[in-house]
Amino acid sequence: MTALRDAFLSAIVALGLFGPLVGLVTANGEHGLALTARPVATAVIVGLVFFGRLLMLSWRGRTPRATNRALAERITRAGKYLTPVLLVAAFALPFTGSRYYIDLGTLVLTYIMLGWGLNIVVGLAGLLDLGYVAFYAVGAYSYAILATTFGLGFWTCLPLAGILAALWGVLLGFPVLRLRGDYLAIVTLAFGEIIRIVLINWVSLTNGPNGITGIPRPTLFGLAFSMDGGPGTFAGFFNIEPAVIQRIIFLYYVIFGLALLTNWVSLRLRRLPLGRAWEALREDEVACRSLGINVRNTKLTAFGIGALFGGFAGAFFATRQAFVSPESFTFIESATVLAIVVLGGLGSQLGVALAAIVMVGGLEVLRDLLSTLGDQLHSPFFGDIANELPLYRMLIFGLALVVMMVLRPRGLVSGRTPGVALTKPKEIAPELVAQGRG
Amino acid sequence: MLSVTDLTMRFGGLKAVDSLSFEARAGDITAVIGPNGAGKTTVFNCITGFYRPTSGTIVLTHPAGGGTFALERMPGHRIAAAAKVARTFQNIRLFAGMTVLENLLVAQHNTLMAATGFGVLAVLGVGRYRAAEAAGIEKARFWLDAIGLTSRADDPAGALPYGAQRRLEIARAMCIDPVLLCLDEPAAGLNPRESEELNQLLLRIRSLGCSLLLIEHDMGVVMRISDHIVVLDHGKKISDGSPPEVRADPGVIAAYLGEGDEDEVPA
Repeated sequence: MTALRDAFLSAIVALGLFGPLVGLVTANGEHGLALTARPVATAVIVGLVFFGRLLMLSWRGRTPRATNRALAERITRAGKYLTPVLLVAAFALPFTGSRYYIDLGTLVLTYIMLGWGLNIVVGLAGLLDLGYVAFYAVGAYSYAILATTFGLGFWTCLPLAGILAALWGVLLGFPVLRLRGDYLAIVTLAFGEIIRIVLINWVSLTNGPNGITGIPRPTLFGLAFSMDGGPGTFAGFFNIEPAVIQRIIFLYYVIFGLALLTNWVSLRLRRLPLGRAWEALREDEVACRSLGINVRNTKLTAFGIGALFGGFAGAFFATRQAFVSPESFTFIESATVLAIVVLGGLGSQLGVALAAIVMVGGLEVLRDLLSTLGDQLHSPFFGDIANELPLYRMLIFGLALVVMMVLRPRGLVSGRTPGVALTKPKEIAPELVAQGRG
Repeated sequence: MLSVTDLTMRFGGLKAVDSLSFEARAGDITAVIGPNGAGKTTVFNCITGFYRPTSGTIVLTHPAGGGTFALERMPGHRIAAAAKVARTFQNIRLFAGMTVLENLLVAQHNTLMAATGFGVLAVLGVGRYRAAEAAGIEKARFWLDAIGLTSRADDPAGALPYGAQRRLEIARAMCIDPVLLCLDEPAAGLNPRESEELNQLLLRIRSLGCSLLLIEHDMGVVMRISDHIVVLDHGKKISDGSPPEVRADPGVIAAYLGEGDEDEVPA
């Protein structure tokens, strides 16, 4: 009975929410905008909420709380087998030959790399950074400006872009050292915005809102991927027909390599004193100081190394797009990367990869799925739902994120594996691991 | 080895410590006692660099000519790293989400970090880091044996029972190779058996050549193991001497049992 009442209340809340959002549509009428009511669509959603809530309550009533724990352990154990599977899948993806999937894979890998970079700052050192996109932007513009002004190649600029981004990371680190928690988050948020606004307004250097075009593509040991098939090109050297897909595949493997490098360095660092100090800092800063750890420098290295990988990813972004503009570096990018890290589980490499696949790849798949579903539902009863369904993408996605965080509040892969052990490393339960307050 | 001279610490209008002077001799266990709010922890925080004193000096001289450090002017982490003063906290501050072993390795951060070649070499897996880490684990193992936690080395520190957490915090502090170990109420919350084990551990630490400075409420611990006691009340020193001397001091008894206010009308 309580369940029924609870479901009824949820339905009323849903009615209040979706009534105006879904139930009313504005359309161009005879005298300007006109309102049209859509009772059917609203009723469907409210009904879904009602039965969904009822189902959830009955499900929760039956399963005891302990199974959640067992589930967590099963997920962790499955993770051991998941890593090689994902690696092989990522390596084999270009063999599908589908440009759509390779492009999507490249995008996902870029976010995985950014996630791993930010994971150093947020997941390991526990410093909440809302302006990570700033380093991505610095990397992208460093490559764009160096390449278009001095004619330097991608492989020369890649380390430079990373170093410049790291430099900015350290510069950002200095003023924020004294700040913790919310204050740190706000300052990093501001820093991200400052970089973007400087990029817009410093027209002489960055070409302002128009962005920088004609950024050179990367080469494979000096072989360019151009369409003329001449002797200095990839196609000419291997004596094959030049095709755009060759470059797409090459870019895919470049970001694959860069992401693996990020992962490898993070994993190595976690086993070294520096990585351990980051984690200790996340656990208890005061205790770190009492043990003679230079808290400021340790935070700075976390910022710097996180920014370094952001810069690498940025340089890759610039060379892939051949165009950069400030529009690409808005707060939403920082938020996406942070969401990937939090959803994946702070500090977990596998979790971040999974979260990036779900958040970036899943969103794309959902778009396809919804438009196919919309086509299936072409009927007078549902009205013009075919065109509208894809618009609900973000709504469904947001809902999925909320559900996921309710079920697994510490992220997909939330345990912590110690980097060193006397006998055998044991997984540490997430309840014990601190999340860091900056 | 540690000499505190005219130490004063103000928090706004409150004088938490009022021109306090005392000495802690090398190889001694020096206890700082006093009623609640007497300023004991404030003194500790000044010595270990968590507070900067309003005035006064704190000078640490390493035994056997290891140099002299003006602690009141050093940044907090240097006091542990260079002056080799370690401390524990009243409310235990372990790295709860890290294993017992990791806790002990974090304490050796500076030694281990020096062996990584600015991190780059160790990331690439070359250089002498591997040997340094093995030595670090060996030292951790020594302290694990000393506190009886070897079998739990790979468990998270936060999962240990309270008494074990107290011992681990002391072992962690010992991993920085201190010349002076400052303990803030190490026996708080321990049962009599654990308290006795703690006494043995502290005596063992002293026998290894490390001096101790401790704040303690548990008079059993204080009287049994201290070589020298400093008594504080309202931020001032009211007594200073060996345990029997302090125990016989009427001022100390008055401070602990309470004394009639001067304007109180006798019954």
